Amino acid sequence: MQSVLAPAGVQAAEIAWLWWVMLAVCAAVFVVVLLFVGAGLHRASRRNAPAPTPERRLHRAIGGATALTILTLMGLLTAAIATGRAVQSLDGASALPVIVVGNQWWWAIEYALPNPAERVRVANELRLPRGRTVSITLGSNDVIHSLWIPNLHGKVDLIPGRQNVMVLRADRVGEFRAQCAEYCGTQHAHMAFTVTVVEPAAFDAWLVAQREPAREPVDAVARRGRQLVESTTCMMCHTVRGTLAGARIAPDLTHVGSRPTLAAGVLPNTDEALDRWLRDPQAVKPGNKMPVPGLSDDDRRAVVAYLRGLK
Amino acid sequence: MTRRVLITVVVIVVVGLAGCEREARRFRDTAVTTTHPQTVLLTTLTAGAAPAHSGAGSPFGNNAYGISEGKRLYAAFNCSGCHATAGGGAIGPALSDDKWIYGYAPEQIYATIVQGRPNGMPSFAAKLPEQQVWQLVAYIESMSAAVPRDAASGRNDDLSAAKGEARADRIDRRQTGHR
Repeated sequence: MQSVLAPAGVQAAEIAWLWWVMLAVCAAVFVVVLLFVGAGLHRASRRNAPAPTPERRLHRAIGGATALTILTLMGLLTAAIATGRAVQSLDGASALPVIVVGNQWWWAIEYALPNPAERVRVANELRLPRGRTVSITLGSNDVIHSLWIPNLHGKVDLIPGRQNVMVLRADRVGEFRAQCAEYCGTQHAHMAFTVTVVEPAAFDAWLVAQREPAREPVDAVARRGRQLVESTTCMMCHTVRGTLAGARIAPDLTHVGSRPTLAAGVLPNTDEALDRWLRDPQAVKPGNKMPVPGLSDDDRRAVVAYLRGLK
Repeated sequence: MTRRVLITVVVIVVVGLAGCEREARRFRDTAVTTTHPQTVLLTTLTAGAAPAHSGAGSPFGNNAYGISEGKRLYAAFNCSGCHATAGGGAIGPALSDDKWIYGYAPEQIYATIVQGRPNGMPSFAAKLPEQQVWQLVAYIESMSAAVPRDAASGRNDDLSAAKGEARADRIDRRQTGHR
């Protein structure tokens, strides 16, 4: 699910190619060096007092080895530069624009389509259409993070007050894990998300569904949950579009029920996991910015029922 | 000679270790004392003898992490929308000065946030966990240097010309007569 060696896009394929070239060359150098060492040891053990090698032959051997080393390094450098150019070669002009903003410790993701009415905000989930170039603008709200989707691209940093751009194309349908690759605080290791590559038609349908406001609760328990979300601590930080909750300092929960994971790749998206999270987020991910909501058991169940229904 | 080296090393290690637990980051503060806002005095003008202040202080008043969290929340919850960044005041009253209608003691600030006040200050009862209110209280105190300087923020997280609260001017409230 997360591997540089299983590329699912053009850039990742280039990077994987470079990885194999480096491995092959380094392995060859290793074997050659070992052969020489072995030959030397063998010669030393065969004769009691080996005749000293003539000076000129020694000079020639050392000169040859140095030249070979420089040539090999130059070859690898050329390969690295070629890969770097190939990775940067995708034109992002007509690409699907996506904005990814790093936060301690979750990902805010926005599909920044030219028509403002079509813009969609999600969190900790990136869905991409297969075969379409995507231009990801990267920013940060607090410290330096780094976006790494090993199956699709190399790492690019998210720097506060600066915009970096990563242009990529996914050519294979599948689920790929992405993670923060720059230490950003105590929960750095728990800052991941799932990249889901789907067929273009499925992607368009998903985007239309995500654009909808939150689903109305269907039963009394879920209605109570919605009332709690709108009237207690949740609404100070979270957005559920279509309700009174509209704050933007925590993940958008409008369609949280349809996400692959909870809490930035920490928990599976199940009733039990959400209940555990709401009971004590600080026990699951110590130091994260969500305070203990302090809901009673019944209230917590109602909130779980409501949020899990937000497909 | 070896003895002196040994003593030097031991002193460095001991001094270094002393700096390890400067303060605890309390992420899940359930031990915070509950203040009942109804019982908080807002003025000394009372019939009969004035009841004494509880003097409990703010639970995060000496906690750098708590104060910096309060600073983050002050912007996140848009306190700055009315009271302005760094508490300069705008639509709402300034928080970095010495004129406080409803009192500047920690529990009075707490009560003001939780209860709300006339002419615009909304009530945040049930909206904010106690812990976050106390963090905000600690930050508001730090604006007038009412917390120890080594706990207040030394700088701002954003590009801002304002200096950090650690360098704020201390206000001697005993002289102004306001409370």
